[in-house]
Amino acid sequence: MAADLHLEGGRVTPGRIFIYTLLVLVALYYLAPLYVMLTTSVKTLDQIREGNLLDFPLSPTTAAWAKAWSTACTGVRCEGLAPYFWNSVQMVIPAVLISSLIGSLNGYVLAHWRFPGHNVVFTALMVGCFIPFQVVILPMARLLGMADLANTTTGLVLVHIIYGIAFTTLFFRNYYVTVPDELVNAARIDGAGFFTIYRRIIFPLSLPIFMVCFIWQFTQIWNDFLFGVVFGGADAQPVTVALNNLVNTSTGVTEYNVNMAAAIIAALPTLAIYLVAGKYFVRGLTAGAVKG
Amino acid sequence: MSVTPLFSARRPRAPAAPVAGKPAANDSSAKPPVRPGSRLGALADAWLPRLVLSPTIIASLVFVYGFIALTAYLSLTESRMMPNFEFAGFGQYERLFDLERWWVAAANLGIFGGLFILFCLAIGLSMAILLDQRIRHEGALRAIYLYPMALSFIVTGAAWKWILNPGLGLEKMMHDWGFTNFTFDWLVDPDMAIYTVVIAGVWQSSGFVMALFLAGLRGVDDSIIKAAMVDGASLPTIYRRIVIPSLRPVFFSVLLVLSHIAIKSFDLVMALTAGGPGTSSDVPAIFMYQFSFTRGQLGLGAASAMMMLATVLAVLVPLMYLETKGARHGR
Repeated sequence: MAADLHLEGGRVTPGRIFIYTLLVLVALYYLAPLYVMLTTSVKTLDQIREGNLLDFPLSPTTAAWAKAWSTACTGVRCEGLAPYFWNSVQMVIPAVLISSLIGSLNGYVLAHWRFPGHNVVFTALMVGCFIPFQVVILPMARLLGMADLANTTTGLVLVHIIYGIAFTTLFFRNYYVTVPDELVNAARIDGAGFFTIYRRIIFPLSLPIFMVCFIWQFTQIWNDFLFGVVFGGADAQPVTVALNNLVNTSTGVTEYNVNMAAAIIAALPTLAIYLVAGKYFVRGLTAGAVKG
Repeated sequence: MSVTPLFSARRPRAPAAPVAGKPAANDSSAKPPVRPGSRLGALADAWLPRLVLSPTIIASLVFVYGFIALTAYLSLTESRMMPNFEFAGFGQYERLFDLERWWVAAANLGIFGGLFILFCLAIGLSMAILLDQRIRHEGALRAIYLYPMALSFIVTGAAWKWILNPGLGLEKMMHDWGFTNFTFDWLVDPDMAIYTVVIAGVWQSSGFVMALFLAGLRGVDDSIIKAAMVDGASLPTIYRRIVIPSLRPVFFSVLLVLSHIAIKSFDLVMALTAGGPGTSSDVPAIFMYQFSFTRGQLGLGAASAMMMLATVLAVLVPLMYLETKGARHGR
C-alpha cells in the first residue's frame, strides 16, 4: 500500500508504540514454543520437574539429544530416531526430484503445447490437489501390497510422486505461461522440436520455479505423516511417524527433554531450508497453498 | 509475491497487440508453425506433448479418479478385515450414522474447523494490516510469524503437548509465578481437549494466513486509497470500506486452504491428543484411520472417507464457484 498513506510514519506516536508492542508480543508468542523446545531439550529431567517451562537451562546437557538420536524407544524398538531420519532422507530425495521433473515437463506441455481439451485435462489433474487422501489410501494400500511395495521406501516414494504431481504441474504451468509464446513459436519456426525447445529455452529459465517446487515438495514430503504411517510399515517409517511413536509411548517416565530433542531433530531439515531459502518457501506457500 | 487465483485454468496475460505478419500468439487454435521440410518433425510435435502428458493423465485417472471410485464401491460392501467385493447397499453408511463416535468426530471437526478458520482469519488479517504500516524490521517479524508453517504438524503437536501438559507445563509456570489457583488441564479434559487442537493449529497456520493477506494488501491500488484520503476518510475507515473488501479473492483462497487443512487434519490431532481422552477429540480423519487400519473395518472406513470427500466438496465447490465467478466479473 501507499507509503504516503501513513503520515506519521517514522515519528514516534502512541499509535505506533502500540503497533510495535503488539507486533513484538505476537512475535514472542510464535517464538515461545521454539524456545521451550530448545531449552527443554538441553535440561535435565530433574530441572524439568522442579523448574518451570520458561526457565533457562541451569546445566545444559546434550544427553537428551544423544538419546533421541540413537537410543530412545519408538514403540518397541529402541534405536532412536536415526534410522527413521535416514528413511526420510532416502524417501524425500528421489520423490522430490522425480515429481519436480515430471511437473516441469507437464507444465511445459500445458502452457505451450496446447491441444484440444487441454483445459479439461488441467482441471482434471488439479483435482489431485484437493482430495483428502483418506479417500485413496485403502485402494493404494492394497495395490502396494499386491506389487510387493508395501512397507518399503520405494512404495512411499511412488505414492509421494503420484500425489505430488498435481502440485508440481500447477507450479510449473503457472510459471511457464509467463514465458512469451512468441519465444517458443520463433524457435519452432527455426526448426526446433519439442524437447529442443524445452532444453534450450524453457529449462534454462526454470531455476526459480525449480527452487520453489523443490522446497515445497521437500517440506510436504518430509512433514507427511498419513502416508508414512499407513504405507511405511516397520522398516520404512519416516521420521514423523517415529517421532509420534516416541512422544506417545506410554511406558515408563516421559522424558520431555528427549521428546523435545527428537521433535527438533525431525524439524531440522525443513527449518534449515526455511532459514536458508525462506523466500522460495513463501513463494511456494502462496502459489500452491492448497495442499497445506 | 503476488496472489493469483490458485486454481485457474485461464492464462493470465496482458492483452497483447497482434504483431503484423505473425499469427496472434494467444489464439490457441492457430496451427503451430511447421518445421520446414520435416513431416516427421511435425508429426512428432503433434504427438510428443500428448505422449509426455499421458503418464500423468493415466496416473490421475487411476490413482485419483479410479481410487475414489474403488473407495466408493468398497463403502457399499460388507468389507471388514479383507476387502469383499460383493455389493451390499448402504449398510455401512447406516452403521456409520448409528455410531455415536462418528458424530463426536463430526462435531469435533465442526468445532475445530470453525474456530481454527475464525482465529486464523482474525489473527492473520490483523497482523497483516499492522505489518502493512511501514514497520521497521518487517522482514524479520514476518519470518518469525511464518516459521511454524515449515514444521510438520507432528512436531507442532509434540511441542504443544509438552507446553499444555497439566502439572508440568503452562500450569506449573503460572503456579510458580504465584497464580496458585490457575488450572489449565484442557489436554486431559474430555470436554476441552478439542480446543487444545485449535490452539496448536492456529499457532501453526495463522502466520501463513498473514502472509497471504499481506501479499493481497500490497496489491491494493494506491490511487483509490489516495482519493479516499483526499476526501478526508480516516485510516480505519479506508481499511474497512475499501481495502478489506478489495481483498475478497484473498479471502476465498485463505478459506479454501484453511478448510482443506481442517477437514484433513490428522497428524496434529494424532500427536497432540491421539483423539483422546477416550474418543473425545476424535476427528473424521482419525476415525477413518482407526477403523480401516487398526480395527479391521474396511467398509466402515471407506464410508467415513467418502463422507470426508463429501465435506470437502461441499465446502470447496461453492467457494471455487464463487471465486471464479468473482474473477469473471472483474471481482
